[in-house]
Amino acid sequence: MAGKEAKRMGDRLAVAAENVGIPFISVLIAIAIASVIIWIAGFDPVAAFSALWKGAFGSGRQIGETMLRATPLMFTGLAVAYGFRAGLFNIGAEGQLFMGGLAAAYLGIVLAGLPAPLNIAIMLVAGAAVGAAWAFIPALLKAKVGAHEVITTMMFTYIGRYLVSWLVTGPLKAEGQIPQTEKLPLESTLPRLHEVFAFFPDSRAHMGFIIAIVLAVVVWWILKYTTLGFEARAVGFNPWASENSGISVSATTVKALCISGALAGLAGVTEVMGVHGRLFDQFSSGFGFTGIAVALLAKNNPIGVIFAAILFGALSSGSGTMQLEADVPSKLIFIIQALIIFLVAAEQLAKWIVGRTRKGVTESA
Amino acid sequence: MQQSLVELREITKVFPGVLANDRVSLTLGAGEIVALLGENGAGKTTLMNVLYGLLSAESGEILVDGEHVDIKSPQQAIDLGIGMVHQHFMLVEPLTVMENIVMGIEPSKFGVINYPAARRAVLEISQKYGLEVDPDAKIHDLPVGLQQRVEILKALYRGARTLILDEPTAVLTPQEVRELFAVVRSLVNEGLSVVFITHKLDEVLSIADRVVVMRDGAVVGETRSADTDTAGLARMMVGRDVVFRVEKDPVSCGDTVLEVDELRVRDERKLTAVDGVSFTVCEGEVVAIAGVSGNGQTELVESIMGLRRPESGHVRLRGKDITHARARQTIAAGVSHVPEDRHRRGMVLEFDLTENMILGDHRRRPFAKWGVFDQKVINETTAKRIEDYDVRTPSARVLGSTLSGGNQQKVVLARELGRDPELLIAAQPTRGLDVGAIEFVHSRILDERREGKGILLVSLELEEVQSLADRILVMYKGRIVKEFAAGEASDEDIGFYMTGGSDSSATVDETESKGVTRGR
Ligand SMILES: Nc1ncnc2c1ncn2[C@@H]1O[C@H](COP(=O)(O)OP(=O)(O)OP(=O)(O)O)[C@@H](O)[C@H]1O
Ligand SMILES: [Mg+2]
Repeated sequence: MAGKEAKRMGDRLAVAAENVGIPFISVLIAIAIASVIIWIAGFDPVAAFSALWKGAFGSGRQIGETMLRATPLMFTGLAVAYGFRAGLFNIGAEGQLFMGGLAAAYLGIVLAGLPAPLNIAIMLVAGAAVGAAWAFIPALLKAKVGAHEVITTMMFTYIGRYLVSWLVTGPLKAEGQIPQTEKLPLESTLPRLHEVFAFFPDSRAHMGFIIAIVLAVVVWWILKYTTLGFEARAVGFNPWASENSGISVSATTVKALCISGALAGLAGVTEVMGVHGRLFDQFSSGFGFTGIAVALLAKNNPIGVIFAAILFGALSSGSGTMQLEADVPSKLIFIIQALIIFLVAAEQLAKWIVGRTRKGVTESA
Repeated sequence: MQQSLVELREITKVFPGVLANDRVSLTLGAGEIVALLGENGAGKTTLMNVLYGLLSAESGEILVDGEHVDIKSPQQAIDLGIGMVHQHFMLVEPLTVMENIVMGIEPSKFGVINYPAARRAVLEISQKYGLEVDPDAKIHDLPVGLQQRVEILKALYRGARTLILDEPTAVLTPQEVRELFAVVRSLVNEGLSVVFITHKLDEVLSIADRVVVMRDGAVVGETRSADTDTAGLARMMVGRDVVFRVEKDPVSCGDTVLEVDELRVRDERKLTAVDGVSFTVCEGEVVAIAGVSGNGQTELVESIMGLRRPESGHVRLRGKDITHARARQTIAAGVSHVPEDRHRRGMVLEFDLTENMILGDHRRRPFAKWGVFDQKVINETTAKRIEDYDVRTPSARVLGSTLSGGNQQKVVLARELGRDPELLIAAQPTRGLDVGAIEFVHSRILDERREGKGILLVSLELEEVQSLADRILVMYKGRIVKEFAAGEASDEDIGFYMTGGSDSSATVDETESKGVTRGR
């Protein structure tokens, strides 16, 4: 009996190893290919990557910087992953993020004077709600008339982005030359990590990082242990069987896309509250889109999103040091990112490369 | 001794926690029909998937025409003259018969398909083997029997000399089975050999030269079909005697459970599929709907379940109007549904067994409270149902897709019957089950009947209809064309009405009624 249990454990470990292994191997292969590119370009790959590592994890301040950059990617990665689990491709996380940021920038000023915990709670909830609302219309269009969410969420991204552009240059513009909103009062911002815990005293990392990790666990739990997540996954896998089990495909679609939007909205909220303290046109460097890559690398597993986001955060925070110390252009990081995504997407290729040729699962009749 | 065409030696295939094939050897001579028989999960499909290159075995050898071969993909199997027709067809529905057959190796010049040549080639093989089919018909317009014929033609067009048929008769009506057997016989006359997987013992006896019986991944017996009978085969398969006809008490009809009144339903293409159907099912009664597939049964069941909106008419459950109820309300009102297609509506293949076991009950206590699962209750229920229904699986945590076809069906049955419904709608409930499992499911259905549940059975299997039903409704082109009481009609009588016979034309001879079947 014990042997059987052990074997079962072994089988489960094998499955886990494959789920973790493929993304991990993809990352390694991406690094290897990037090394060759660096070498061909006439630089020293070893120096480049050690500088990259140093830039990302070399000191408390740098680790904090990596955490800071990973934070929005965790939110958007979770957003995209949740959508994927329900069979939806929320390509418009960027727009929901902008709307969440807008809500925070506006409310942070309006609510000035309230006690900080209350203020922060309201802003987080409201930002998530606005993100959800921005996903709601595409969701409704999908559920009612079958309009594809890739098109509609993308369109809503443009609307959201340019709405923000206009607001920060016009109606919500703070005094001065720069198109940006007014600086948020202290009680409307997220505390830095070192203000709450005693580590990385000179880093910019903020509480959003902790919130994101907690949310990742919550999303994982929702997907696994609640009817809400169960229905989302059921619809994502097999809408016909879901229908037959009394699950409303359209209601589930709407709920899932709104939850996805709420998570993306939080990325905007925490960027505004934790990093910039205000909203301006360029406050997101495409976090919503990078979130797609994060979700892909994490194979849509919420816990995996934490690690995938930290990896992408590290690439971004270390690239500066790489340029400075090894002369390798920091843009090269984008090549590495693209390679990782390519290799994860071409999972079969990665399997083949490590010599694990396995035939696809066959349908047993 | 005939020259063997294909030989499998000591094939071993292991899945996580399952020894699916345990040193299995099988030889197949030219012009021979071998039936592969065995309980659900015995490893029949696995063995054939190894031969067809879909799975790679841990150990063992495959010989074709006496030569060692290493089959890594279906393409290689096809090149070696091996063809396989899966139980779940792999046709492209919107395309024509001809396009499906030549797909991938179409005769072409500079990338332009030579349609006349393709048509000639298709007609040639279809005539050679007596597999008549309209090359220009669209797949989705064809009845299942003809779709299967297209699958066979596809394999032949690719030069198959060995044909593997995995449960080909599970979806066919008796008439279509007879036609298939004629085709198979003409194939072996041309020197092809056929491996035939089935759970129907009389079919084995009537078509196969030799029977190989598997149990728990190993071959446990082999016999010439002339030397055995159904009881003997059943004993070899399950290791005990099997009761083929269940005993049932006379019906004691209580209150009306289900009332269907002048129901009209359209199908996807907006054509009338159910055309004014009325009937009732009462407590403690099994009402069977017999009919060739595609005569409106699916749409009828779906509209009762709330999966499809009826055009007009009424559905009442214990007097309550549920005509426009959605599936969730229908389930809550006490209706269970075993769908005809387990892969499409019956289960989520990517879910594990615990998740599949609560589909439809996943919002309810005791499985969920305030939207959160009670994992302990779910695990216990799943374990109990796996035990009760003898689902062969290494654990409750494996994905639905890894179960054998029959075991998937058992999961669906365990869930739907486990709900303790007022009304059970069972469409092809024993599709793909072995004889032992059929015996069990039939007795479970009769238990429900004894408890005063209403049962609506939709089945192509006349044997099943005859042994379970208290009343038989024959459905043809969306209408109930005839009603029989239990034991009143012979299979031929029912078959006559199923294929378009009517009381006024009771003299129409059989050849004409055949023609009607084809046209759907
Ligand atoms: N892809 C797979 N992954 C894991 N286990 C599998 C897989 N395919 C089959 N199995 C296991 O191998 C065993 C044999 O399955 P197989 O499909 O060959 O049975 P079968 O004899 O065809 O049964 P049935 O009559 O129900 O179709 C089963 O216990 C099943 O759980
Ligand atoms: Mg099988």
